[in-house]
Amino acid sequence: MTARLKPSWQAALALLLVVIALVLGAMTQPEADAFASPAAGVAYPYLGTKSVILGLIGLAALGSMLRLRPLAEALVLFVGAHGAAWLLLAGIGGFEGTAKAPYYCALTAAWLLGWRCVAVLSSMRPAERWERLALNLVVPALFGAWLLILWEAVVRGAGIPFILLPPPSAIGARIVNSLPILGEDVRQTIFKAVLVGYVVGCAAGFVVAILADRFLFLRRGLIPIGNLVSALPIIGVAPIMVMWFGFDWQSKAAVVIIMTFFPMLVNTVAGLAASSHMERDLMRTYASSYWQTLFKLRLPAAGPFIFNALKINSTLALIGAIVAEFFGTPVVGMGFRISTEVGRMNIDMVWAEIAVAALAGSVFYGVVALLERAATFWHPSIRGG
Amino acid sequence: MNQPASTKPATAETARQVVSAKNLGLTFQTNDGPVQALSNVDLTIGKGEFVSFIGPSGCGKTTLLRVIADLEKPTSGSISINGMSAEQAREARAYGYVFQAAALFPWRTIERNVALPLEVMGLPRAEQAQRIARTLDLVNLKGFEKKYPWQLSGGMQQRASIARALAFDADLLLMDEPFGALDEIVRDHLNEQLLDLWGRTSKTICFVTHSIPEAVYLSTRIVVMSPRPGRVTDVIESTLPRERPLDIRETPEFLAIAARVRDGLRAGHSYED
Repeated sequence: MTARLKPSWQAALALLLVVIALVLGAMTQPEADAFASPAAGVAYPYLGTKSVILGLIGLAALGSMLRLRPLAEALVLFVGAHGAAWLLLAGIGGFEGTAKAPYYCALTAAWLLGWRCVAVLSSMRPAERWERLALNLVVPALFGAWLLILWEAVVRGAGIPFILLPPPSAIGARIVNSLPILGEDVRQTIFKAVLVGYVVGCAAGFVVAILADRFLFLRRGLIPIGNLVSALPIIGVAPIMVMWFGFDWQSKAAVVIIMTFFPMLVNTVAGLAASSHMERDLMRTYASSYWQTLFKLRLPAAGPFIFNALKINSTLALIGAIVAEFFGTPVVGMGFRISTEVGRMNIDMVWAEIAVAALAGSVFYGVVALLERAATFWHPSIRGG
Repeated sequence: MNQPASTKPATAETARQVVSAKNLGLTFQTNDGPVQALSNVDLTIGKGEFVSFIGPSGCGKTTLLRVIADLEKPTSGSISINGMSAEQAREARAYGYVFQAAALFPWRTIERNVALPLEVMGLPRAEQAQRIARTLDLVNLKGFEKKYPWQLSGGMQQRASIARALAFDADLLLMDEPFGALDEIVRDHLNEQLLDLWGRTSKTICFVTHSIPEAVYLSTRIVVMSPRPGRVTDVIESTLPRERPLDIRETPEFLAIAARVRDGLRAGHSYED
């Protein structure tokens, strides 16, 4: 019999948790109350679905142990884990804070099946290109979905106050209902302050790095000072920038310029030293001029360093612009919204801004990383060898 | 100690001198004190000669080549290339240099790597293309124009770097152990090709090597060097004809010259043992 089965520890543990949940009985306090006094109302959560939830988990766990093909196994696990999770989340609505141990047993069991599902999917080695691409999207999507499911289920099950941590469904609803406001804030903070500051700051750092390379007195004098300035708490200059450049996005762009300038300067200076002696000797034998050597050898060799700075700066710029808005801004902008909505106890709006900022930051970083792949394709870290 | 050799046949006095070094010395200042890399080197290389520099590591053969190329400055004595100072000669692009490693730029295809010196010199595109095709053909790399260096074997990379040095047709070719990393068969083939190229053009070649057979097979003159301080201990004129099939290496004449080179190397070594 055991030869026909292929047990995984996740599925085995899920089965055990289902048994424990059955033994312990009531999923929620109202259910326990209903059993204690049958005369009271019977409107308790999971009235009809408790057996369905536990049954789904149990069947999926058992099914996954059969010697199925990986895709079929993943499908069985997917249906079991997510069906159970969906029923659990749907049932707790209106009964927040009443969950008892069997609720968490069922949640953990469903999560274990989801874990097993992701594990099976990530061990698959499909031949087709589009299948690999789909897998590369599905695995992190499931992973992220489970973070949200656990967050939602624990916040609702334990009845955590809204002020402390709203459930993701409330944050999602807030995002959908506030799209125009969020759009205005993104336009103000990202498309004005962040992009302008990032472009100017990175370009200035790059140009100064080349000047420092060309003129020895700049390299000797400016780079140590630059290191000192980069150690300053940049956020501290935000109020000063507001005084200098006014309340609108220009003062935020100035903070972003200061934040992004030095990473670019330091990385480009390091990158310009990255070419080997032999390569520079080679250019010397061609009587190559300073600028020819710079453009044909040293800048291409510095590419990986420069892109490193661009990636670091993409996240720094977002942080700088949002925090700078805490110090005075017109009534629009992501940082402004976060600081005012937190005062009004609209925590879901704060989380909505955070989610949008995270999304924008990821897209920003991803675009820079894609450019890097295209530009420094030759580097061992990208061509893989 | 052997007299520093400046042996030049009387007939070559009239020929144009490509390289002329007088009492050349180079001392590196290191943390362990000064190191004499070259001392009292007197050497004249005439147009069209093929001169090999052979000796144990640390004998200064690569340093001498780098002084000729103006990649190192001598600390004493003088050197002139085509009647100019080494720096002027470098700026006039008087020589092509082949390094021990290929030093191809990984972001350029083979074809664009060969084009590098031509771009620096500002040649028109059409002429670049023609020279790339010719030199890649010469080193048997036809069909690999669009590959990147890291897609090729080490031997192919070094052949591409030789093509790059040949591309701009300098009269002087400086080669620093260019075939050291190649397998025997490719090495034989490239030695033959190099002799063929040297025979058809009037190029002057300075060639640093570890290998006695390679030095004897290729050279019209073999400069034997010895370390601490780096100096020339013997200069051997080859009596072999200019036409040299590979099997010349089995003739008694060839073996006699090889034996003389080996004796010269041994004499240099006896100082330290």
